[in-house]
Amino acid sequence: MSTPTSALRTGRDPYHIGHAPAAGTPEYTGHGAGGPAPKRIVVGYGFWIFILSDVILFSCFFATYTVLIHARNGGPGPQQLFDLHITMAQTACLLLSSFACGLTSLAVARRNLLWTEIFLAITGLLGLAFLGLEGHEFFGLVSRGAGPTHSAFLTAFFALVGCHGAHVTAGLLWLGTMMAQFPAKGFKESIRHRYLCFSLFWHALDIIWIGIFTVVYLIGILTP
Amino acid sequence: MTLLGKLTWQAIPFGEPLPLISGAGVALILIGVLAWVVIRGHLPYLWREWITSVDHKRIGVMYCILGGVMLLRGFIDAIMMRTQQAMAFNAPGFLPPSHFDQVFSAHGTIMIFFVAMPFVIGLMNLIVPLQLGVRDVAFPTLNSVSFWLTCAGALLVTLSLVVGNFDRMGWLPYPPLSELRYSPGVGVDYYCWAIQISGIGTLMTGINFVTTILKLRAPGMHYTRMPMFCWTALASNLLIVAAFPVLTATLAMLLLDRYVGFHFFTDTAGGNSMMFMNLIWAWGHPEVYILILPCFGIYSEVVSTFSGKPLFGYRSMIYATMAICIISFMVWLHHFFTMGAGADVNGIFGIASMIIAVPTGVKLFNWLFTMYGGTVRLATPMLWSLGFMVTFVIGGMTGVLLAVPTADFQLHNSLFLVAHFHNVIIGGVVFGVFAGYIYWFPKAFGFQLDERLGKWAFWLWLIGFWVAWGPGYILGLEGMTRRLDHYSVAEWRPWLILAEAGVGIILLGILAQIAQIVVSVRTRERRRDLTGDPWDGRNLEWITSSPPPSYNFAVLPNVTDQEPYWDMKARAREIGQLTRPEPQYEPIPMPRNSPTGFVTAFFAVVTGFALIWHIWWLVLLGLVGAYATFVVFAWRDHDEVLIPAEEVARLDRANRAARTARLQERLAEHEAQRDSDP
Repeated sequence: MSTPTSALRTGRDPYHIGHAPAAGTPEYTGHGAGGPAPKRIVVGYGFWIFILSDVILFSCFFATYTVLIHARNGGPGPQQLFDLHITMAQTACLLLSSFACGLTSLAVARRNLLWTEIFLAITGLLGLAFLGLEGHEFFGLVSRGAGPTHSAFLTAFFALVGCHGAHVTAGLLWLGTMMAQFPAKGFKESIRHRYLCFSLFWHALDIIWIGIFTVVYLIGILTP
Repeated sequence: MTLLGKLTWQAIPFGEPLPLISGAGVALILIGVLAWVVIRGHLPYLWREWITSVDHKRIGVMYCILGGVMLLRGFIDAIMMRTQQAMAFNAPGFLPPSHFDQVFSAHGTIMIFFVAMPFVIGLMNLIVPLQLGVRDVAFPTLNSVSFWLTCAGALLVTLSLVVGNFDRMGWLPYPPLSELRYSPGVGVDYYCWAIQISGIGTLMTGINFVTTILKLRAPGMHYTRMPMFCWTALASNLLIVAAFPVLTATLAMLLLDRYVGFHFFTDTAGGNSMMFMNLIWAWGHPEVYILILPCFGIYSEVVSTFSGKPLFGYRSMIYATMAICIISFMVWLHHFFTMGAGADVNGIFGIASMIIAVPTGVKLFNWLFTMYGGTVRLATPMLWSLGFMVTFVIGGMTGVLLAVPTADFQLHNSLFLVAHFHNVIIGGVVFGVFAGYIYWFPKAFGFQLDERLGKWAFWLWLIGFWVAWGPGYILGLEGMTRRLDHYSVAEWRPWLILAEAGVGIILLGILAQIAQIVVSVRTRERRRDLTGDPWDGRNLEWITSSPPPSYNFAVLPNVTDQEPYWDMKARAREIGQLTRPEPQYEPIPMPRNSPTGFVTAFFAVVTGFALIWHIWWLVLLGLVGAYATFVVFAWRDHDEVLIPAEEVARLDRANRAARTARLQERLAEHEAQRDSDP
């Protein structure tokens, strides 16, 4: 199998985007006529499509939040409830976790098991810390009587942020499985493809969090 | 908390004979089939070759069988509704209101989610990889998971017949009626969990097919050389990826309201039930295009094949398909003009809805011009296509009427609306999948279906449809609203009796279809399709044998034209032999069969059932089981089997011999014709 780098050197279209002239096929017209793409491209591409669908799922919860933000049922609003210090710490945890995930990718590319496991562990611990802070925030709200059943605004808030938290939890389960698989299976092609998908997922959760940070917390706190 | 949650003996409707008898009937048939399979020793074969199969053709066939079986179930509901309305003039009829409500809800749910969707997805599974000239879809095991999750949803809906009851508020559970306060039973929960489970399966199908079509095509197949069915399948699957997450999110919100007291759609604490309408139709309107677009693709294939001409306006067809794909997301509000969004908003959505008629019109003229000047053969797939063109145009025009907000205020929720969507869904989707399964049946099974019974079925369906739903338009204009379990307007009665007669004619059509399959299977030996090209087809699915080998193509075809196989056949006639010399055969790696899909669906049914009945320990067990299945699958070491080169050579040589013989026959015919010409 030719690796992307060697393909780049020979001037072929390494990611099957369809815009580079392929060597040896004179009638290549740049419309994806180079035959079936290699497995790595297919797996990564399919997972991207999944992430896009997940973004749409989140967009529904975002839309609901913006519609219901004023439906307080006589209870508190964002200004009384949100503590941006927690949000700030959460953001730091998640972004650093993503950075560790990027370092893991480098370790995987070098086939270094020790560093792979170390960076994966850091990624996971920071994810756990994020979840801990979120749990802390949620329990604080509920104990002050501002649980999700109190008003439509709180319903939308808990559902959107909780949905992200559920995704992080699922990601941590996946991360645990990957930490077991690297030592057990080695850097096989299929395991590396799976890691590619995991890292896409983990970074995508960051992007969603940036949306939550902005729309729920920052704009929320500006909303009377 | 009890061990079995809300589940008690009271859940079984001992007091109501009808559901109990029909439930017992279904159970008896299931047990009978299962017993026959076990006694005749077919179980190992079924398990090995079908249940665990990850072959896209097998999965496609199983999807179509699921669609067919559920069609019978949904059609029985239709007979019950028509009979009730024919009887219930100033009378209670034979169905109590609570039962009638379940029947129309189950009818809609089943027909959309478990008949139309499986049929359309089944035909895409069967044909898209063949037309693209590749060996399988992008993710074969995921494909099997998708299918079995759809089955799991269908099973839960069927289970509600006997254990508990089904949703009573229509095929879309509108709040606040569907909230816990007004619907405390398990009906809405059955609906939501069945649709959530099968919806996840559908979403995975969408991801799988978008990836397959965009990333796996035979060498040389540009986007503008893809067969029309693949283009429409691409548009449909893009819509699935974009729309089904909205359905999942919306039903999740409703479930949160019902299970843990959230306030998304409640009429208390600031909940907003109109948000449900907006969200559900943001999925629901694209959904109807998810169903119809692949059918447009089927008609394109059929019309071009049976007219002996390339598809007229191929590129305009692509533009029209993609235009519909995009505009379908901009019209959802026309399902509730009466929400009160104001004249401007209603006006914009009304115009957007009318605009969809333009690309659809482009398609229709393209099919007409494809036939113009061609040698039209009136085989059954072509009859269904012609029936579609006439029926669908009328259904489309009533749709344009309904898109006018002022008219919609009158016709909204009347039988006029119900007649409109049956007109486009039966006339468009159902006719389309019927044309498709007859057209591709020989490819899947290696023999052709009986044409005479097929024509009977077509005419009975076409006439039956118009007798059943023509009156719907009149009744709607006379002011009859939908979902009435009894009425007291004398003018409606004759039309409702006529509609009942129409359902009877459709029943005869369905019987003719069953007879067609039974007769054809019994006489299959003389219906064999030996060359793999029974209709003189134009695209790559006809280049391989019928049924195709598991790997589809011994060597991936090289595509040089928009109609690759037609082009190859023409060249072969010129040079007097097959265009490609016998290739160097090589062993082919194929994905290994896997029970993952079946096991996942098993745990999905367990989890879904436990959630419906609040049996929390079982929910936990089901989820742990699903996670364990995932880990076991992820741990696999060997996921491919190698098909030896000798086997590939043997099968391909047989196919090449049959095609060469056919070519010689053709050439001899030509010769004789030339001699007889003066």
